[in-house]
Amino acid sequence: MALSLATASAAPDLAASAPLIVAHNVSAKGDHGETILRGVNLTIARGEIVTIVGPNGGGKTTLTRCLIGARPISAGRVERAHGLRVGYAPQKLAVDRVMPLDVDGFLALGARSTRRQREQALDRVGALRLARRQLADLSGGETQRALLARALLRAPNLLALDEPTRGLDQQGVAEFYRMLAEIRSAEAELSVLLVSHDLTVVMAASDRVLCVNGHICCAGAPEDVETHPEYRKLIGAEDADALAVYQHHHDHTHQAVGRR
Amino acid sequence: MDEFYAFFGGAFMLRAALAGAAAAALAGPLGCFALWRRMAYLGDATAHAALLGVALGLIFSLPIWIGAFFVAFAVATGAGLLAISGRLAPDAALGALSHAALAIALVAVSLAGFGAPDLEAYLFTGDPLAASPSEIGAYAAAAFVGLTLIVWFWRRLLNSTLSPELAAAEGDRPRLAQIALMIALAIYVALAMRLVGLLLATALLILPAAAARPLSSRPEMMAAIASMLGVAGTALGLAASAHFDTPTGPSMVTALFVFFALIVGLDALRRRL
Repeated sequence: MALSLATASAAPDLAASAPLIVAHNVSAKGDHGETILRGVNLTIARGEIVTIVGPNGGGKTTLTRCLIGARPISAGRVERAHGLRVGYAPQKLAVDRVMPLDVDGFLALGARSTRRQREQALDRVGALRLARRQLADLSGGETQRALLARALLRAPNLLALDEPTRGLDQQGVAEFYRMLAEIRSAEAELSVLLVSHDLTVVMAASDRVLCVNGHICCAGAPEDVETHPEYRKLIGAEDADALAVYQHHHDHTHQAVGRR
Repeated sequence: MDEFYAFFGGAFMLRAALAGAAAAALAGPLGCFALWRRMAYLGDATAHAALLGVALGLIFSLPIWIGAFFVAFAVATGAGLLAISGRLAPDAALGALSHAALAIALVAVSLAGFGAPDLEAYLFTGDPLAASPSEIGAYAAAAFVGLTLIVWFWRRLLNSTLSPELAAAEGDRPRLAQIALMIALAIYVALAMRLVGLLLATALLILPAAAARPLSSRPEMMAAIASMLGVAGTALGLAASAHFDTPTGPSMVTALFVFFALIVGLDALRRRL
C-alpha cells in the first residue's frame, strides 16, 4: 500500500522518542493586535491523539495553525521534529462555482501523486465515487471527506483536523469517528490533532484533551479533564451552538437529521 | 502568403493580429484568476491607473509601456498592502489609489502642455494597427514572460485561491506567487493599453475566461480555452474592423462579447432542457 509505505519512509528521520511538536510559551495576536493566545505550552507525542476543545473565539483554530506553522506567532517558540509532515483539513472550504475543479484535481493540487494514489486516498475515506464530482457541488460531509483525503495523500505523520464534523448530522459524526479510528488502526504512528465541538464523542476517542480559552485552561486524560473545575466552568459558558448540538444528541436519537 | 496578407488587409493588419494573439494568450489564464479570485475590479482599477504611466512617459519622453507597466504594478501591489494593513477595505483602497492616479495623470498632462487628445488613444481605443515589427517582438516577449510566470506559479496560485490557510499549512509561501500574478497583470495592462485601450482592458481579460467557464471541467482547461477564445475573438474583431471600418480595439471586444453571449446563452438553454 503506497500511502503507508510513504509514511514509513518519512519516519526514520524522526528520533524514535522525540515529540513531533513542542510549543514553548506561545502567544499569538490577531490582525488588529488583539491577543488571541498567551503562554501556551504543550507537546504532541508520536502516535498521540490530542483534542482541543473550548468556546468559540477561544483560539482553537489559531492554536492549531500556530502549531503546524501555518500562522506566525507573536512570542514563544514552536519546535517541530525534522521530517514532520502535516496533513491539514481546515474548518471549511468555500469553492466558488466559477472555478471548475473536480475532487481528483483538488487532491492533485495537494501533493504530487499518481491517479492511483489519489484513488487510494479517496477510498480510505469512503469517497472514491466523488473523484469526478465538482468540488463546488459537494455537501458539507463530502467536502470534509475530500479535505481528509487530501490531507492523507500527503502521507502525514500528523493529521490536523479543524472541526471535521462541523455541519454533519449525528450519523455523519459517528461515521466520521469510525473512519478516523480505521485510519489510525492502519497507522499507529500517526498523530492526530483534533479541534472539536463534539464533546462526548471526542472525549472517548482522545489520549489527551486540551481545554483552550485564550490559554490552556486545563489539560489531561479525558476522564481527568471532564471532572476539572475549569472545564466544567467553560462548558457552562459554552456557546449556544455547541449546547444545541449537545442536546440534539439526546433528543433525536432515532431520527434522521438533515444536514445544516 | 499573399492571400494571407490580403485577408488581413496587409502586413500592418497581420502585426495587429499578432499583437491581439499575444495579449489574448496572456489574458486567458490571467482572466481566469481574475474571476476565481474576484479581482475583476483590480484589473479595471490598475488599468485606469496606468494612464498615469502614460502621462509620465509623455512628459519624460520615456517609452509609454514602461510607465504603464510600473504604475499598474505599483497600484496593484500598493492597494494590496493598504488592504492588508487593514486601513481600508480592498475595493476602497484600490478605488482611492487608482482613480487618484488617473486624476493626477490628467492634471500632469495638462500642466506639461499636452492636450487630452494625446491620452485618448491610450484610454479609449488603443492603436494596434500602428505597431511596428520590433514592437510586435517586444509584445510577444512580454506576453511570454507573463505566461511563464503564471505557469510557474500555477499550483501555488490555485492553492492560495482555493484556501489560503490550507496552502499555508502545506508549506506554500503565497507572497511570491502573488507578486508574480501582479507582475503578469501589469504586463497585461501595458499590452492591452496598446491593443484595446485602458478603458476596455478588463473586457478582454474577463470575457474569454467567463465564456470558457461553461466549457471546462478543470482549471487548466478553462485557462487554455480562454486563451483560444481570446485569440479567435481578437482576430475576428480585427477582420470585422477592417471590413466595417470600425475602431479596432472596440471591435475586438465586441467580437469577444458575441462569443461570451453565445456560449453562456447556449449553456443556460442546455441547463433548462
